[in-house]
Amino acid sequence: MKDKRWIVTGLVVFLLIVLFPFWYNRGRAVPPPEVKLTEKAKAEKECVLSRDYMKAEHMQILDLWRETVVREGNRIYTNPKGREFVMSLSNTCLDCHANKAEFCDKCHNYASVRPYCWDCHIENPKEAR
Amino acid sequence: MDIRRRRILQLLGLSAAALTVKPVYDALAADPGAARPKLGPGREQLRAKQWVMVIDTRRFASEADVEPLIEACHRIHNVPRFELKRWEIKWIWATEYKHAFSGTSSDRFLAAAVEKRPFLVLCNQCENPPCVRACPTQATFKREDGIVMMDFHRCIGCRFCMAACPFGARSFNYTDPRPYLKHTNKLFPTRMKGVVEKCSFCAERLAEGKRPACVEAAGGKIAFGDLYDPSSEAHQWIRKNYTLRRKVNLGTEPAVYYIV
Repeated sequence: MKDKRWIVTGLVVFLLIVLFPFWYNRGRAVPPPEVKLTEKAKAEKECVLSRDYMKAEHMQILDLWRETVVREGNRIYTNPKGREFVMSLSNTCLDCHANKAEFCDKCHNYASVRPYCWDCHIENPKEAR
Repeated sequence: MDIRRRRILQLLGLSAAALTVKPVYDALAADPGAARPKLGPGREQLRAKQWVMVIDTRRFASEADVEPLIEACHRIHNVPRFELKRWEIKWIWATEYKHAFSGTSSDRFLAAAVEKRPFLVLCNQCENPPCVRACPTQATFKREDGIVMMDFHRCIGCRFCMAACPFGARSFNYTDPRPYLKHTNKLFPTRMKGVVEKCSFCAERLAEGKRPACVEAAGGKIAFGDLYDPSSEAHQWIRKNYTLRRKVNLGTEPAVYYIV
């Protein structure tokens, strides 16, 4: 145990480095992102389903849409209120939410989520059509 | 207090049963008629048992006749153009008889007109597609209407399908195609690096009641319809004319017919 001094020092240094982000940011909370709705989205009042559902579960809907459109060839979604939507990320979702940077990306960046939708799907169909 | 083992077990069982009361009640009390989202095809969806294309090659004399069709397809599907041949991506292209029908015909000397003629080749949407069997993730699959479809979300880029396809109808994205697109059709997605792509008989247009882009651009030189529907134009063309298909001896049953 003659190296006790060095081991303890090493441990302390290690803990300091590892815990650095915690004490450096103590007491400060990064404000949650505020998404901006476009005028068109505001006017619609409600998305495909209720706002709360879309906030929490939009990825489930997108997954369902993708599966249904590509694998089953069905492209029309009728919501419980009887309204019909063409199941398309670029052409339906982004038709209202044309401000991807201030809508999708805001939350995704905050939560460090990196969806690969945009590797293929075109970001804004409205722009320069 | 004296409590017997049997009594404890009874109480435990009863408590466990009590916990299930609420979920069961909720499930039974839910209104069965409550509106739920419905998924379905659009009203204009075109249907068939097996889509086929019949190309009247007699009416395609030169490159100038086929170029607009290729352009129409590649433009709406965001197919990039690469200078580097190895990276080439094509959904539909023109080739000579000797390449399109190699092994099918043993003619050493062809009619001069046929020899020079451009033959449009594309994915044959085989009735017995080898690519579908080769795909380990079922990213490529046969739809009910006969279209051999690609699900780019599932493609892992293994290229087994390219090896399996006897027609070379599939292309691999060796690089991100986006910088190489001159025009982008904002209504259709692009692809990403590492996926395989090919012609899909314009499945997205059939859903809207439109015929494939190349058929539309051909202005009556290509028939499109249901192979098994005697009233369809494609069926009638096949009945009236002598047609060829590519590499039939392999048994893949191609769904693209050529009137020579």
